[in-house]
Amino acid sequence: MFARIWGLVIKEFLSLLRDRKSRFVLIGPPLIQLLVFGYAASFDLNHLPYAVYNEDPGFASRDLLGRFQGSRNFEQVATLTHSREIAPLIDDRKALLVIHIGPHFTRDLLLHRPAPVQVIIDGRNSNTASVALNYVNGILLAFDGDWAAQAGWGNPPAQLVVRAWFNPNLLSRWFIVPGIIALLMLVVTLLVTGLSVAREREQGTFDQLLVTPMTPAEILVGKALPGLIIGGLEGGVISLVATLWFQVPFSGSVLALGIGMILYLLAAVGVGLMISSLAVTQQQGLLGVFLFLVPAIILSGFATPIANMPQPVQYLTLVDPVRYFLVILRGVFLEGDGIATLWPQYWPLALIAAFSMTAAAWLFRHRMA
Amino acid sequence: MAVPLQFLAVSKSFPRGRDRVQALQELELSLAPGTITGLLGPDGAGKTTLMRLATGLLLPDSGRVLVFGADTADAGSRIQDVIGYMPQRFGLYEDLTVQENLDLYADLQGLGREASRDRQQELLKLTALGPFGSRRAGALSGGMKQKLGLACALLRTPRLLLLDEPTVGVDPIARRELWEIVQGLRQEGTTVLMSTAYFDEAEQCDAVILLHEGRLLAQRSPQAFRAPLAGRTHLVRHDALSRRRLQESLRVRPGVLDARILAEGVRVLLREAAPPRAAGEHWQEATPAFEDAFVALLGAGAGAKPAEDPEPGGTPDSGLPPDGAQAPENVIEVRDLRRLFGNFEAVASIGFEVRKGQIFGLLGANGAGKTTTFRMLCGLLPPTSGSLQVAGMDMRHASVAAQARIGYVSQKFSLYGTLNSRQNLQFFASAYGLRGRRRTERLAWALREFQLEGYQDANADELPLGIKQRLALACALLHEPPILFLDEPTSGVDPLARREFWQRVNGLAERGVTVLVTTHFMDEAEYCDNLVLMSLGKVLAYGSPQEIRAQARTAEQPEPSMDDAFIRLVLDHESGLRRAS
Amino acid sequence: MNAQRLRRLVRKEFIQIVRDPSAIAIAFVMPVVLLFLFGYGVSLDARHVPVAMVVDAPTAETGTFVGRLQQSPYFTPLPYPDIHAAQQAVMAHRADGILWLRNDFSRALLQGGPAPVGVQVNGVDANTARILEGYIQGAWENWLEQRALDQGTPLVVPVVPDTRIWFNPTVRSRDYLVPGLIAVIMTLIGGLLTALVVAREWERGTMEALMATPVTIGEILVGKLVPYFIMGMGGMGLTVALAVWLFAVPLVGSFWVLLVFSALFLLAALGMGLLISTVAHSQFVASQVAVIVTFLPAFILSGFIFDIHSMPAPIRIVTHVIAARYFVSILQTIFLAGDLWGILLTNGLALLLMAVIFLGLTWRRSHKRLD
Repeated sequence: MFARIWGLVIKEFLSLLRDRKSRFVLIGPPLIQLLVFGYAASFDLNHLPYAVYNEDPGFASRDLLGRFQGSRNFEQVATLTHSREIAPLIDDRKALLVIHIGPHFTRDLLLHRPAPVQVIIDGRNSNTASVALNYVNGILLAFDGDWAAQAGWGNPPAQLVVRAWFNPNLLSRWFIVPGIIALLMLVVTLLVTGLSVAREREQGTFDQLLVTPMTPAEILVGKALPGLIIGGLEGGVISLVATLWFQVPFSGSVLALGIGMILYLLAAVGVGLMISSLAVTQQQGLLGVFLFLVPAIILSGFATPIANMPQPVQYLTLVDPVRYFLVILRGVFLEGDGIATLWPQYWPLALIAAFSMTAAAWLFRHRMA
Repeated sequence: MAVPLQFLAVSKSFPRGRDRVQALQELELSLAPGTITGLLGPDGAGKTTLMRLATGLLLPDSGRVLVFGADTADAGSRIQDVIGYMPQRFGLYEDLTVQENLDLYADLQGLGREASRDRQQELLKLTALGPFGSRRAGALSGGMKQKLGLACALLRTPRLLLLDEPTVGVDPIARRELWEIVQGLRQEGTTVLMSTAYFDEAEQCDAVILLHEGRLLAQRSPQAFRAPLAGRTHLVRHDALSRRRLQESLRVRPGVLDARILAEGVRVLLREAAPPRAAGEHWQEATPAFEDAFVALLGAGAGAKPAEDPEPGGTPDSGLPPDGAQAPENVIEVRDLRRLFGNFEAVASIGFEVRKGQIFGLLGANGAGKTTTFRMLCGLLPPTSGSLQVAGMDMRHASVAAQARIGYVSQKFSLYGTLNSRQNLQFFASAYGLRGRRRTERLAWALREFQLEGYQDANADELPLGIKQRLALACALLHEPPILFLDEPTSGVDPLARREFWQRVNGLAERGVTVLVTTHFMDEAEYCDNLVLMSLGKVLAYGSPQEIRAQARTAEQPEPSMDDAFIRLVLDHESGLRRAS
Repeated sequence: MNAQRLRRLVRKEFIQIVRDPSAIAIAFVMPVVLLFLFGYGVSLDARHVPVAMVVDAPTAETGTFVGRLQQSPYFTPLPYPDIHAAQQAVMAHRADGILWLRNDFSRALLQGGPAPVGVQVNGVDANTARILEGYIQGAWENWLEQRALDQGTPLVVPVVPDTRIWFNPTVRSRDYLVPGLIAVIMTLIGGLLTALVVAREWERGTMEALMATPVTIGEILVGKLVPYFIMGMGGMGLTVALAVWLFAVPLVGSFWVLLVFSALFLLAALGMGLLISTVAHSQFVASQVAVIVTFLPAFILSGFIFDIHSMPAPIRIVTHVIAARYFVSILQTIFLAGDLWGILLTNGLALLLMAVIFLGLTWRRSHKRLD
């Protein structure tokens, strides 16, 4: 039995890797995409283009603007001399925000009066706008504190002391890069398994396979192993790149990650084989892969938190294997989780894997073109 | 009038892996206007390449191809205006209806609306596809597809018609109809070049081109091919021996070029006129046929090739008696087998049994239910009702156990195209659970026995069809199965490879392997011990080839061939049904 | 170009589309399902964030503070008896942050402060953490102001920010995510529709028969492009309608401008699919390539969710080959800002260039020859 399965595994590998184009597609893009996406996918903003329209000749405004110039989050792209110039700058996305300081800014401050600063911001990308406003507020608050101390305005009665756990500098790369591991592993396993049965059906070799004394379970294992092996190898390599290259801290247990990866791959392979044996043609297989892949990623909590979704959609995410693996990845990488804390993620993955694998094996025989 | 097609010193090669394969070498030929020319040759002789060069879809490496005097290298679309081409794989859109396919090709060839409608009517009548105008091409039987493909190529009455194996995989009735259509084109002044694997078709051509390994072997009329063989062909009968045994014995005698089984006995082609007679045999001189000429020119060594046949590669055939004829045990038993697809009854209560060591044929027109029956026998398709015993096991429950005792060669020789021959063999060896020394031995045996050593590193996709078929058979025999299922194993394969193939199958049957085979070649039916003839899901006739031929005997046809018998029985049955409904 | 042949090729393609339900599903069902799912599912607006509240020594002062938070739609304060229990809750992902008022809070407040308010957030999801921080800060400032008013000494801060958010004053993330999603979805659909159509004809042998007729390569390509273009525009119309009617995203610009630029984008997307199909020759490889080059790049590199400006320079250069990037920018502009020609023209030009390059390459790679 093992010899039979092994024979099938070798055959699967050969038919995937002997074709030059197909070999490249499996190995090249995941690594390239990890590097590109690792750098690209971030909610952290830097070099935000801003413009200054300063009508105040005094020193206070210079001090305030100096703080913006000194921040690596901001990059000044223009100095305006008229309010007419504001609109076109923002419309054409030359600047994300314009800081407008009125003519009496320094005078007001010296007279112990509140001095308004107008901030005009492009809200087309509301997340960028919110985050940028947070940065602006941070700078203004610091200025306030310093000015109040120097000019004797008195202390505010209370102050916030903020500390972030696990990710003290709030680098969103630490959050996103482990997520990319899950994404790329899913894409690779689906590529390996998602068309493998449909392709054999179209070429007539699947009948040949069914006529051999291999049982559906053996065929299932033989078809699943290449996906597991390729997905596992790439998952391992990508995890190494994440820690060594992107410097994401790895604080949890390797074993806990290993168990999570295996369960996740089993679930992904199961879904891939299920799609593949459901499809009669490769076109349908491809469609199936997309119909699973796209929602699985978007609703996984990779970029936007599941907690923000409406309740019905949240229920839907319960069948999404990516959801659980993302928690495992982030837990192991950043929060130092071990096997014990991750149980609530392991068993749903195992359940999805068991269901999809059983369905695939059943479909092998019962889905006839 | 310009010469319809002329090849001037044409060479063409293709890359295969790191090397280049020479498909055609210094080919010189020309066709006479208004004639039908047959193109014959073994697989890999370059027939399809020749066709594609003539359409301008390929350009020669050197030399020139002229179509009505125009060079294909610089007159591409002008040439495509005057030719009709039917590639091996139809070129039909399976999800379009018959009518839509015709409309598509009519418009692509720039036919006017009026002209196109008249011509379509004419062609639909000619091909008898009229009633199926709104049926999807994918739902047509193989023969109807071929006729539709031909109709599409004929829409504009091409001046040169190129047909690449138009009769492959087509039953005798459809084949006869196709051939009548092609012959009718003579009157319209069309020049036809068609490649074929059937000798009776070659016989009816005005001229025959024989290609071999990319070179022109001969181009003359079929008569001219036959002439030198006068006195060298004989029909041999034996009082006691079966035809199969007799053929085995004749084949290896000195001076015998070829021996093949016919309805009446064994036909022998000799090197010289003097026959090497033996006791108990009756020799009778026969008129040479084109097939003899083909064998004489190409297959001098064909009869001797699988010479090591009687010794199955040094491994003892476990548990198989040397002579299967004495063991009357039933290996396959089918009773009241039915299969429904929705409301359509693909197989209607059929029953038959196959004894050990028999070659059992499953014959029928396209769409008769052969493939469905076959798939049920292999355990690929569960029957709707009825019982199905293979090797003493019920296929409905113990199919995996039974499958270990089955070898299966599917219609399209389904091999893994991106794997090379050795890897394909290795995979099937594992799939059948071979290991250790036995595995090494069987793999070596397969490579040796099927002469695949030279093709070990070539991808299965790139193999010529004949080699592919050998490889598929080798894969199916690795685990020495006592039962062999062959689904149209010779479809599209050249005559010599077919002959060699049957040689092997005969040898296997002699050693007690039970063989179940479907085929469209009625001459192959003669190799069977027993056969069933199916039509519209029912068994029309069941018995030995002689018995079946006897059923079709009439006053005007006292000695019907298998072809005749097939056509008569099927047509009678179908017209009977039509009358009844 | 021969009109009769072209018409028939287009017709043939349409019949095939109608007969194969998967093409219809790709063009019309997929965009609706995806947009529906994502329009509701994808949101960066955190609401009701669970925050663990630890008040060591409850007093009237702490009561008003907690009351403030409870009124805010942004938080769901969960009371915990001590800091350890709260930390455990964060570990178990039951709360995203902790607000800790130590027992010296009220005393320090009475003495004129500054009274420390301990805030701890789970920083794993840095973006959400930052948003939470902002919310807490807002609530805190609010409370300070209210308290000052109650005590009759209005709070005076030196600099008062006066923020104007243009185009999306309520900062609804859906308003910019939905137009971006349209771009991502249409990239998928454009690629999926055409990625297999040429490879399939090669595999089924119909290409050989087609090529032996007088039809030209240009006609074959246009014959493929026209039907899928029409289907794609249908899908596009559907998603735009959903965005406007269902998700109530304001369409500030003109519908016709949107139509023209959508057509440009679709040409580029379909062109990419055709190129994949032509180069790959086999459906298997074409599928693999389509999966890799369409979805994730459009999702991550288009600026739909991750800001292109903040990417390192080499990555910014890479994003220029992603057609969705230009379309995201165009869509967000037309929907939220209006017909701002400065942006539309540069991005439109880039799309046009990409369409020309993809289709040109496809045309050059296709020969009426088999080798």
